[in-house]
Amino acid sequence: MARDLSLSLQQTTNTVEESLDLIRLSLDERIYVKMRNDLELRGRLHAYDQHLNMILGDVEETVSTIEIDEGTYEEIYKSTKRNIPMLFVWGDGVILVAPPLRVG
Amino acid sequence: MHATLFYSFFKSLVGKDVVVELKNDLSICGTLHSVDQYLNIKLTDISVTDPEKYPHMLSVKNCFIRGSVVHYVQLPADEVDTQLLQDAARKEALQQKQ
Repeated sequence: MARDLSLSLQQTTNTVEESLDLIRLSLDERIYVKMRNDLELRGRLHAYDQHLNMILGDVEETVSTIEIDEGTYEEIYKSTKRNIPMLFVWGDGVILVAPPLRVG
Repeated sequence: MHATLFYSFFKSLVGKDVVVELKNDLSICGTLHSVDQYLNIKLTDISVTDPEKYPHMLSVKNCFIRGSVVHYVQLPADEVDTQLLQDAARKEALQQKQ
C-alpha cells in the first residue's frame, strides 16, 4: 500500500530523485559540459533527453590540445575556442554536465 | 512511451539550413530534408563548410547521415523557440521517470 501511494505521488512529483532531475533544474541556465576528445562546452541549456542529447544556446566550445616541443619535450597546453549561436549535441559524446565553473 | 522530443524538434526544422558536424570532423551544410526516430538525417543541396576538413564531395547533392556519427548540428537560432523547447524537455523528463 505504501508502494501504491508512492507510485501515485510520482506521477505528479517535481522533486529531485535521480541525476537526470538535477539537469532539469538547469534548464534555461548556463551550464558546463565536458565531452570526449578534450572538448568543453559552455552554453544555455534549452533541452535535453535521457541520452543526454542536448540543445544549447550561445555556446562557447573549447578544444584543448597538448603540443610537445621537439627539443625540450615540454608540454605546451593550448586551447581553441569558437562560438555557435544554437547547437544540438549528440549525447554519446557527453561525459559530464555541471553548473559553469567559476575561475578566480 | 519512447522519448521523441528531439525527433519532433527536428521535424519542425525540415526545410531549414543546418550544419551537421560529424565525429570524423567533416562539416556538411545543407537543407534538412527529413529525420527519423533514430535522428538519422537526410540533407539536400549539400556543401562542405570547413575548408580544412573536407573529403572530395563536389558531386554529391543529397546525402543520408546515420544519426550515430553526428557530433553536433548547428541550428539557425531564430528558428528555435527556446521557451517551447524548455517546456517540452521538462515534460519529457517527468514522463521518462515513470
